[in-house]
Amino acid sequence: MKPGHGEVLLAEGDPRVREDEERLVEEFRRQLDEGMWAAVPVRNPGSGRREAQMVKDYADIPPDSERVIFFPRASGG
Amino acid sequence: MLLALLALALIAMVLAAPLGLRRLRDWRARRPTRATAGELDLELYDPGRERRAEQRARELLRSCVNAEEWGMYRDLGFIRVAGRHARREIDRDRGAHPAYAYLVYPHKPIVAYVPETGQLLSEYCVEFPDLTGGGGRHRLPASDDVLAKWMALTSDEDRVIRRANMHLVGRQLDPARVRRDLWRLAEWERRRGNREQVQQSQR
Repeated sequence: MKPGHGEVLLAEGDPRVREDEERLVEEFRRQLDEGMWAAVPVRNPGSGRREAQMVKDYADIPPDSERVIFFPRASGG
Repeated sequence: MLLALLALALIAMVLAAPLGLRRLRDWRARRPTRATAGELDLELYDPGRERRAEQRARELLRSCVNAEEWGMYRDLGFIRVAGRHARREIDRDRGAHPAYAYLVYPHKPIVAYVPETGQLLSEYCVEFPDLTGGGGRHRLPASDDVLAKWMALTSDEDRVIRRANMHLVGRQLDPARVRRDLWRLAEWERRRGNREQVQQSQR
């Protein structure tokens, strides 16, 4: 999510393919270095309700995730 | 005599023309140029950009939240998110009847309240500032702002609440309007419940 623009596709690829994964890892780190938060929409296994899971490391991304959403970190308004 | 003077004036003008042109060129080169949009790094205004961004944001929000939450946002303009950090153990994990909940509005504070009584607890002012060096000129589209709050609350409620500025309800939001929204939400849920009952009976 980019202020003034909304959703912007940063990178896409198959994480099982090594070259794609390297590109995805690089973009993931770049976004976190810029101060963004990363979250993955998931379904709670207990309640079945959708929720988000915050990820701070590429390895934390659930393997079956289709996307990671980066958004500016929250601050007091 | 007059004719001779006119001829002399014409010859003088022709001879002076190159000098005049050179002076004009020098003056134009020396005068400060007017800044153009490109030199100031200003983007040309695209009147449809914000509308398209909001459309994309709505689709993204719809694809992430629960069907009930999406319907709430579409019909009422806000989303209710259950709170998960009640102090008493007995109040935690109460499923559809949480001890407290939040109303998430676009570009407005998050409101905490008690669903059972309708008591308004506090408002949390939180924003997602532009980190790209845009000088704070831009903000997220409305639906992206709601999604960011939803993701922050459902994934790490403590962190977002710690970062927010907490106030009593009434600092930015009109308590009467929030109470009216709670009434609208109750009506919306009642109608939705009735609709689901009818659909189940028709099966």
